Amino acid sequence: MTDLSELSSLETQLLAEIEAASDEASLEALRVAALGKKGSVSEKMKTLGSMDPETRKTFGPALNGLRDKIATALTEKKAALADAALDARLAAETLDVSLPVRETGLETGRIHPVSQVTDEIVAIFSAMGFSVAEGPDIETDDYNFTKLNFPVGHPAREMHDTFFLPQKDDGSRLVLRTHTSPVQIRAMEASKPPIRVICPGRTYRFDMDQTHTPMFHQVEGLVIDQSANLGHLKWVLEEFLKTFFEVPSVELRFRPSFFPFTEPSMEVDVRCRRLPNEVRIGEGDDWLEILGCGMVHPNVLRNVGIDPDVYQGFAWGMGIDRIAMLKYGMPDLRDLFNADARWLAHYGFRPLDFPTLAGGLSS
Amino acid sequence: MKLGASEIRGVPSAGMLCSGRELGLSEESDGILELPADAPVGKPFAPVIGLDDPVIEIAVTPNRSDCLGVHGVARDLAAAEIGTLIEPGLNPVRGAYPCPVNVRLDFGDTPPLSPLFALRMVRGVKNGPSPEWLQRKLKSIGQKPINALVDVTNYLTFDRGRPLHVFDAAKVKGDLVVRRGRAGESFAALDGKDYALDETMCVIADDHGVESLAGIMGGASTGCGADTVDVLIESALWDPLAIARTGRALNIHSDARHRFERGVDPAFTIPGLELATRLILEICGGEASELVVAGEVPERDLIIDFPISEVKRLTGLVVAPAEVKAPLSLLGFWVSGHGETLKVAVPSWRPDVEGKADLVEEVVRIIGLDKVEASPLPQAQSLAAARLSPVQRRARTARRTLAARGLVEAVTWSFVSRQQATSFGGGKPELALANPIAADLSDMRPSLLPGLIAAAQRNADRGSGDVALFEVGQTFLGDRPQDQRMQATGVRRGTAKARGTGRHWGEQALPVDAFDAKGDALNVLAALGLSASSVQIAQGAAPAWFHPGRSAALQLGPKVVLGAFGELHPRVLKALGVSGPLVGFEITLDALPAPKAKATRAKPPFEGSALQPLSRDFAFLADRDTPAGELIRAAQAADRKLVTRVDLFDRYEGPGVPEGKVSLALAVTLQPRDKTLTDARDRGDFGTDRGAGRESHGRDAARLTAAVVPGLTRDPEPTT
Repeated sequence: MTDLSELSSLETQLLAEIEAASDEASLEALRVAALGKKGSVSEKMKTLGSMDPETRKTFGPALNGLRDKIATALTEKKAALADAALDARLAAETLDVSLPVRETGLETGRIHPVSQVTDEIVAIFSAMGFSVAEGPDIETDDYNFTKLNFPVGHPAREMHDTFFLPQKDDGSRLVLRTHTSPVQIRAMEASKPPIRVICPGRTYRFDMDQTHTPMFHQVEGLVIDQSANLGHLKWVLEEFLKTFFEVPSVELRFRPSFFPFTEPSMEVDVRCRRLPNEVRIGEGDDWLEILGCGMVHPNVLRNVGIDPDVYQGFAWGMGIDRIAMLKYGMPDLRDLFNADARWLAHYGFRPLDFPTLAGGLSS
Repeated sequence: MKLGASEIRGVPSAGMLCSGRELGLSEESDGILELPADAPVGKPFAPVIGLDDPVIEIAVTPNRSDCLGVHGVARDLAAAEIGTLIEPGLNPVRGAYPCPVNVRLDFGDTPPLSPLFALRMVRGVKNGPSPEWLQRKLKSIGQKPINALVDVTNYLTFDRGRPLHVFDAAKVKGDLVVRRGRAGESFAALDGKDYALDETMCVIADDHGVESLAGIMGGASTGCGADTVDVLIESALWDPLAIARTGRALNIHSDARHRFERGVDPAFTIPGLELATRLILEICGGEASELVVAGEVPERDLIIDFPISEVKRLTGLVVAPAEVKAPLSLLGFWVSGHGETLKVAVPSWRPDVEGKADLVEEVVRIIGLDKVEASPLPQAQSLAAARLSPVQRRARTARRTLAARGLVEAVTWSFVSRQQATSFGGGKPELALANPIAADLSDMRPSLLPGLIAAAQRNADRGSGDVALFEVGQTFLGDRPQDQRMQATGVRRGTAKARGTGRHWGEQALPVDAFDAKGDALNVLAALGLSASSVQIAQGAAPAWFHPGRSAALQLGPKVVLGAFGELHPRVLKALGVSGPLVGFEITLDALPAPKAKATRAKPPFEGSALQPLSRDFAFLADRDTPAGELIRAAQAADRKLVTRVDLFDRYEGPGVPEGKVSLALAVTLQPRDKTLTDARDRGDFGTDRGAGRESHGRDAARLTAAVVPGLTRDPEPTT
């Protein structure tokens, strides 16, 4: 009869063979040879039935233990072989991940600075309760001038170098709007006070040099209610400018001026520092003229059927292109309308950099 | 100009010898300027020759005609407590004899262009260069001294804002008449030019004809020179609008016009003439006549009731009555009353002041705008209201969508050349500017494409031809507000395809094609809430500037045209002088249907079936010109509930497919709703691509096939 030492040497031999197996096939052969129907361990298990109870008590657990050990060893070896095989495969499968992917969408697309800055302006003023109003670029003389208190034939009209469309049979001529102020008239005609609107848009003047282009962008603002005064106007402009330029404070200087549609009228300078390639707003000892504003002229209110003794308000206007150039350090106005892809890639904004007050205007 | 030490022909030179002209001191350039022998060496030049008088430039706004003379500026400064205004007393000159020339205002029954004309002769004058003090004053402000008589008039123009005119009496024939010009009349002016007149213009004429263009420029024939012995001095008032109109029409910019069209002080007409007489008598001697005055000084007795509270109402600034009265009085307003409301009379030299708001401006600008405290604008009534209109929202969505697809936003001129306009459906006469700034910026753009195409070509000319540009902006179909549209338009050039630009190791650099533009257009529409399946692709319906066979209109039903996409027409590109490959699209943002008013923001419940979807492939043999889109639509329409997705995954023509035919392969995804599709329904109803026999049993497959254009047959041997 088999003795325990024989079992022990069988175990040693099988474990050594399993350990030495180099692939899954030889491991399977070993499994069959040991645990298969006629395998060496199975053959031994068959002898248990013929053993006397005493002997079986000893051999039973020993044989079961041997079988489990071998089975475990086979499983582990199988996993190890599979791991090794995978490692070997992976070692052969490397990619040169330094190869470039194609640049698409978000990487190459850009938003024009004028659009971005318009969105910034809208973000600020919408938080202050202003809606965005628009009107046509081709305007009547009446909306562009007369309703805005520019008397017919008055030299104040010549402050605006106007583009005209052909004369009509009735002698009238349409114009390209010289400012977005006609949108204010349209807004006042379309709704009753209280009114809070900003009017961004394209405007046109017959002028072309380093600092003028025949087409440019303006944003105007208008507040009409029963209490809006110059103090409120100052506050609105200060809040806007510091939020827009993303500085903790701005200092403004209001100078009396003249616009036909406001009374009193003012031009506004902002404290700044001029550096070789940029102008820093909110610091320094220099001043920069940045916008025009005033209290809406009583004649303008009368022209749209609003009683100037009951209602009052203020308006302001500034160049979008100009404040965009100031904020983002673009030196030449004419570049804005040149569509040079290199310039746009340099000064343009990433598609998802959507300006919000919550997220900070610029990223 | 920067001067420095340098070597000239081997000789070191520490400076430069200059002529008066080179230094901007005189017009003559007859050699080097010689300084007096005792001129101190090493001292600044300007003080030595007495040119260190500071020049203060004042940009006078068009409303402040009173500040077009030194006196008016002084008055304003005095009101701001900078110095004291000196008002010299003025005694009229007693005339020694009646003025031999008479004056008549003759406007017939037309509106008068002059309310007042005063004239006086000074006889026996000696005209010549004016005295040093007068010449110096004129030169210091850039005026050229001419002769004493003319210099006096120019001096008063700048000193008192009162333009005058002097005639040589010997050259005037008969009396003067102030009247409208006549069509066909011409006038030889002092500037040596002839001007054609008409009846909108006001002139001064004698028996010879027109001698002066009223308020704008004198005539050559009656000008004063060294030989003038008897002079006629004119001081008059003119209709400002007529002056402005005439000046514009004849393109004459004179100091007189500048003042008369803005408004001179009517009350100073006669005093101005007296002042001029005194100066002429002083400088040129002679004897003054009595005045001849035609017309009268127009009265403008404007008294404004001015509540002091108006200052606070408009500015927020609280002021005491004294703070209101003092500056107004110093500015020449006559202020009376002690209560809350003052009576304020407006001086004759302030035509700009009409009402309360003007007085608030006067008070606040003198007190100081910096005294007005910023105060927060009260919160708006509602936070909830949308601040943007639907079209504004669409514009910003379109912008970000296109940029996210890799296109770069451009802003191009709203005007294009006539040829560009005509090539893109424009060129209407009412949209051509009467005064374009350049020949190639003459017409309002009917489309954004010409600007973008030209921009793409400019980039190509600079060496970067693979560009994808877009613009979201206004275009013009006519000159009415409703003819202006907001469009989102893009172009792709060269290899600037949606999936990448230029050469790449993993993919070929293919030229852009109509599908790149189609993708851009459909992306914009998708971002705006219109799915590709709801948009019709109308082949052959794109505008004429697209390639007729490689383009389509994008439509919602037969009427609503959202836009178009495709290759640009080669003839158009040739006419514009640009090269391709070039594709583009246009979307009219105003054309999208208005958003429906919704009762709730809640979405319908989600129905996620627990059952597995199935995918079945079908191949069809179709005529080559069968639009694949129709096949897809037909497949979708076969069972709208069951068919959740149709993908066209193969298109093949060539060997194995009959001439003129194309094999189209669809993958149809079926989503069972209630129960698993039985094999019979799945296979029987929809068929497989294995046998025509089974297909005949399929009710839905028949529908599928029948719905597709006639002539379509199932491809018995699918290509995949």
